[in-house]
Amino acid sequence: MSTVQTEPVFRARSISKVYRMGEVDVSALRGVDLDLYAGELAVFLGASGSGKSTLLNILGGLDVPSGGQVFYREREMTGADESERTGFRRRSVGFVFQFYNLIPSLTALENVELVTEIAEDPMPAEDALSLVGLQPRMHHFPAQMSGGEQQRVAIARAIAKRPEVLLCDEPTGALDYTTGKRVLEVIEKVNSTLGTTTAVITHNAAIADMADRVIRLRSGEIVEEYANKAKKRPDELSW
Amino acid sequence: MTILNRKVFRELARMRGQVIAITLVMACGIMLYVSSRHTYISLLKSQESYYATYRFADVFAGVKRAPASAAEEIARIPGVSSVRTRIVMDVNLDVPGLDEPATGRLVSMPERRRPVLNDVAIQEGRYPAVGRPEEVIISEAFAKANGLAPDDRIGAVINGRQKALRVVGIGLSPEYVYEVQGTGSIFPDNLRFGVIWMARDALGAAFDMEGGFNDLSVALSSDARELDVIDRMDLVLEPYGSTGAYGRGSQISHRFLMDEIIGLSVSSNFTPAVFLGIAALLLHIVFSRMVRAQRDQIAIMKAFGYNYLTIGWHYLKFAFLAITGGTLLGIVGGFLLGRPLTALYQDYYRFPDLVYELNYEVIALAAVISVSAAFLGTLHALRSAMSLPPAEAMRPDSPAHFRPLAMERLGVHQMLTPVWRMIFRNMERKPVKTLLSAFGIAMAVAILVMGRFTFDSIEYLIDYQFRTVQRDDAAVVFAGPRPARARFELSHLPGVVRSEPYRAVPVRLRAGHIAKQTAINGLDPAGELRQLIDRDGQALTLPPEGVVLTRTLADLLAVREGDLVDVEVLEGSRMQGRLPVSLLVDELIGISAYMDNRALNRFLGEGSTISGAYLSVDPLRADALYRTLKETPAVAGVAVREAVIKGFEDSIAESTSATTFTLTVFACIIACGMVYNGARIALEERNREMASLRVLGFTEREISVVLLGEQAIVTLMAIPIGFLIGWGLCYLAVNATAQELYRMPLVITGKTYAFAFLVVSAAAVVSAYVVHRQLRHLDMIGVLKVQE
Ligand SMILES: Nc1ncnc2c1ncn2[C@@H]1O[C@H](COP(=O)(O)OP(=O)(O)O)[C@@H](O)[C@H]1O
Ligand SMILES: [Mg+2]
Repeated sequence: MSTVQTEPVFRARSISKVYRMGEVDVSALRGVDLDLYAGELAVFLGASGSGKSTLLNILGGLDVPSGGQVFYREREMTGADESERTGFRRRSVGFVFQFYNLIPSLTALENVELVTEIAEDPMPAEDALSLVGLQPRMHHFPAQMSGGEQQRVAIARAIAKRPEVLLCDEPTGALDYTTGKRVLEVIEKVNSTLGTTTAVITHNAAIADMADRVIRLRSGEIVEEYANKAKKRPDELSW
Repeated sequence: MTILNRKVFRELARMRGQVIAITLVMACGIMLYVSSRHTYISLLKSQESYYATYRFADVFAGVKRAPASAAEEIARIPGVSSVRTRIVMDVNLDVPGLDEPATGRLVSMPERRRPVLNDVAIQEGRYPAVGRPEEVIISEAFAKANGLAPDDRIGAVINGRQKALRVVGIGLSPEYVYEVQGTGSIFPDNLRFGVIWMARDALGAAFDMEGGFNDLSVALSSDARELDVIDRMDLVLEPYGSTGAYGRGSQISHRFLMDEIIGLSVSSNFTPAVFLGIAALLLHIVFSRMVRAQRDQIAIMKAFGYNYLTIGWHYLKFAFLAITGGTLLGIVGGFLLGRPLTALYQDYYRFPDLVYELNYEVIALAAVISVSAAFLGTLHALRSAMSLPPAEAMRPDSPAHFRPLAMERLGVHQMLTPVWRMIFRNMERKPVKTLLSAFGIAMAVAILVMGRFTFDSIEYLIDYQFRTVQRDDAAVVFAGPRPARARFELSHLPGVVRSEPYRAVPVRLRAGHIAKQTAINGLDPAGELRQLIDRDGQALTLPPEGVVLTRTLADLLAVREGDLVDVEVLEGSRMQGRLPVSLLVDELIGISAYMDNRALNRFLGEGSTISGAYLSVDPLRADALYRTLKETPAVAGVAVREAVIKGFEDSIAESTSATTFTLTVFACIIACGMVYNGARIALEERNREMASLRVLGFTEREISVVLLGEQAIVTLMAIPIGFLIGWGLCYLAVNATAQELYRMPLVITGKTYAFAFLVVSAAAVVSAYVVHRQLRHLDMIGVLKVQE
C-alpha cells in the first residue's frame, strides 16, 4: 500500500474517555487526535492500560467518548445513539479480539454465515473462509479447532460482510509464535487484497514492521506517530 | 461474619431475581401444605368435638312403626350403651317467599331439654317451650337460605293437615353436618330442604305414633362390634317394617364429611408435593449452574486448604438461605390462608364452631419438607463442588463441545438460519436440562388443567345426569304407595305436559357376601322421562324382566349381566326373592337399580301401584303447578330439576372458583419461575455469545431471539406434556373420589386446555420480557475482554 494518504476514513478530534470507578475517575484517553486513511494498515503500540482498546472501541462504535468528536467519513459518530451504532457495526466494521469469541454451537461456516445473513453485500461465506485458508475445515465446530484456526475463523467472520474497516485488538495475544504469524499473514492479505482499512492493536513492537503507519500511545495520549518506510511481510517478522 | 458468609450474602443479593423465583415457588408449596393440612386437622377436630359434645349416634335404623318395647329390647343387646327413639317424617312445607314446595324433615325432640343422642346445637333463639306444639327449631342452612329467623312462621302439611309452625330457634345437628335429604339428592339444596325439630308429643299425635317410634339411634360401647349389633337390631326390628339398620359408614352426612376429610388428607399431601418437587427442580437448575460458574473459585478455595466439607456447607448455605424466605412466607401465609379455606367448607359442612388453631407439628413438618427439598435440589451441585479436584478446577469448564446431532442427521438444519441452529444445538447438547425445564413448565400446565377440570367434570356430570338420564322437569313423590290411577290426577293438573308413573321400593340387594342398600325404580316401559344409557351414551331399552343395575352397583356386588341377585324388600310386605340382572347402565350419581314397573309390581305381588311420577312441565305454568303441588297433602315432595341444578351450581361454584383461582396463581408463579430462571441462566452462560453477536451488529431484538427462542421452544414442548400430566392428575383425582355416591367423569374440555395454554404462554411471555430488558445492560466490551 502506498503511504501517500488520501481521504481519511476516521477522523478523531481531541477525544477523551473517563471511566468513573466509584470515587475516582480514570482517564483512559486524554485528547486524542487521529486520522485513519482508506486502505492503510495501522498498528497501535503501547503498554497495557495505555488506552489502545478504548480508542479502537470508540472508533468501532462499541463505546462512546466522554469528549471530543469522531467522524466516520462525513458522518459525525459522536451523537449517534445505540441503534445507529449497531447499524454502523453491522454495515461497516469488522472486529477481531484476542479471544476469538466464536459461537460454540455453530460450525466455522455457520459462524461466518451468521454475519453474511444480516449484511447487505457480503461475500460468500465459503470465500471468506478460503481467504483465511480454512475452507477444508469449514464444517468443524470451534471446539474441534486450534486457537489459530479459531482466530482465522474470527477474521473470516469479520471480513465476510466486506467491511470498510477491520479492527483487531491483540489478535495474536493468545497465540504462539508460528500461529500468531499465520494470523498476521491473513490480516495482511485481507488488507492488501480487499483494501480494507485495518487497525491492529498490539504490545509487541515487532509487529509494527508490517504496518503502513505506527501509532504509539502512552497514558491515554498519542506520543509517537510515523509512517513505516520499510514495510515487511508478516513472514519476515520475528520476535 | 466470616468471609465465606459474606460471599454467600453478596452472591445471593446478586442472584435476587432467581432467589425471588425460588422463594415464590417454595412459598406456594409450603402455603398449600400448611393451609390444607390445617384445614384437614381443623375439620377432623371440629368433627370429633362436635360428635362428642352432641352425642352423634353409631348405628341408625328406620322402621314403619315400632312400640317402645322394641327399643327396650334393643337396649339390652350387648354393646349398646344407649338408645334414642324418634319420630322422623318428611313433609311438604310452605315457606314464605318460595314458590316451589320445600321438604321439611320433622324430627322429634324431648319435651324438656335433656342430653340425647344426635342432639341439637342451638345457634340462635331457644328450645321450644313445654306445651307449645307449634314452636320449632329449624336447621341453620335452611334458615339462612330462606332468610328465616326466630319468630318467623312456616306452613307444613302434617298428615294431610295444614299447620302453622313458629320458628323459635336455629339449630345444627351432627346428623346433618352435610344437610341433604338422602338417596337421590346428594347435593345440598338448602332452599328446598331443611330439618325441623319439634316436640315429640306434637309430632306423635299428628302421625299416630303416640307410644311408638319410626326412627332409632343407638350409641355403642367402645368394645361393641358394630356388625353384630346391626344383625341383632335387624332381627328385633324386622316385624316393624325396618328398612335395615346401618352404621355411621352409611349415614349420608357422615359419609360425605369423611369422604371430604379423607380427600383433603390425600390432596393436602399430594398437591404441595408437586410444588416442592418443582422448587427442588428450580434449585437444582440454579445451583448446578452456580457451581459450574464458580469452578475456579472452588479450586482456589481448595488450593488454600478449605476442605470439601467446608465447601459443601458453603453451597448448602446458599440453598438454605434461598429457601428460608419462601418457607417462612409459606408457613405464615398458609396459616392465614387456611382459615378462609376452612370457612369455605362451612358452606356445605356445618359445625357449631370450627376449631382452627396453629398446629406446631404441621409447621415443623413444613420446615422439614422445605429443608429436604433444598437438600434434594442442591445434591447434584454439592456433589460436583465437593468432588472437584483443585487442579482440574483451575482450568476453565470444559469447552462447549458440539457434535453433529440429530438435527444434522435428519438434515433439518439446512432449513434453519444460523441463529435457530444455535438454539437447537444448545438444547440438543443439554437434553437433561432441557427436559427438566420443560417438565417444570409442564407441571404448571398440568396444575392449571387440574384446577379447571373440576368445572368441566361437574358441568358434564350435571348435563349427563340431569339432562340426559333424568329428563323430567320435576319428580313428585307421594306420601306412600298409591294406586296407579293417581297418575291421571297428576296429568290433569295445569301445566303438566306429560306424566310418567314410577314405583320406587327400598331394597337390600345381596350377591354372595356383599349387600347394598338402594331402591329399585320401577319405570314405565313406554316412558321417555328417564333414560337408560350405556357407557357410550347410547340409549338402551328397558328389558321387560329382571333388574337393571348401574355399573357401579354391579361392580360393588361383583355381578354381571345374567347373574342372579337376592332382593330383600325393606317396606310393606318385606318379601324376599331373587332377580336376574338383565342389563347394566352407566350413571354418574348414586347406585340405582331399575325395573319395568309391571315386572316390579308382579315381583312385589301387588297390583298396579305407584310411588310418584316424573313430570314434564310447561315452563309458563310451572309456578302455578308447584304452588298447587305444595298444597296437595298426598304429595310428600317435589324435586324440581332446574332448582336442584341451580342450587348445586350456586353452592359448588364458590369453592371451585376459589381453588381454581389459587391454583391458577400458583401455576403462573411456577411458569414464570421456570421461564425466568431458564432465560437468566442462559443469559449468564451465554453472555459471551450475546456480546459477540452485538459486536457483529446484531440488534437487541435479534439477540433476544437467540436467548428466548430456546425458552419459547421449551415452553411449547412443555405444553402438550403438561396436558398429558394434567390428564393423569385428573385421572388420579377421579379415582380417588368416592365412587358410590357420585363419580366425577374424566372430562376435560378444549376450553380448559386453551385456558392452560394461554395462562402459561402469558406467564412465559412476561418472564421472557423481564429477561429481555436485562439484555440492555449487557456489557459487550467487558465480556469479550476476558478469557472464556
Ligand atoms: N470499563 C472500564 N472501567 C474502568 N476503567 C477502564 C475500563 N476499561 C478500561 N479502563 C481503564 O482505562 C485505561 C485504558 O484501558 P485500555 O483501553 O483497555 O488499555 P489497553 O487496551 O491499552 O491495555 C486503563 O487504565 C483501564 O484500567
Ligand atoms: Mg487492550
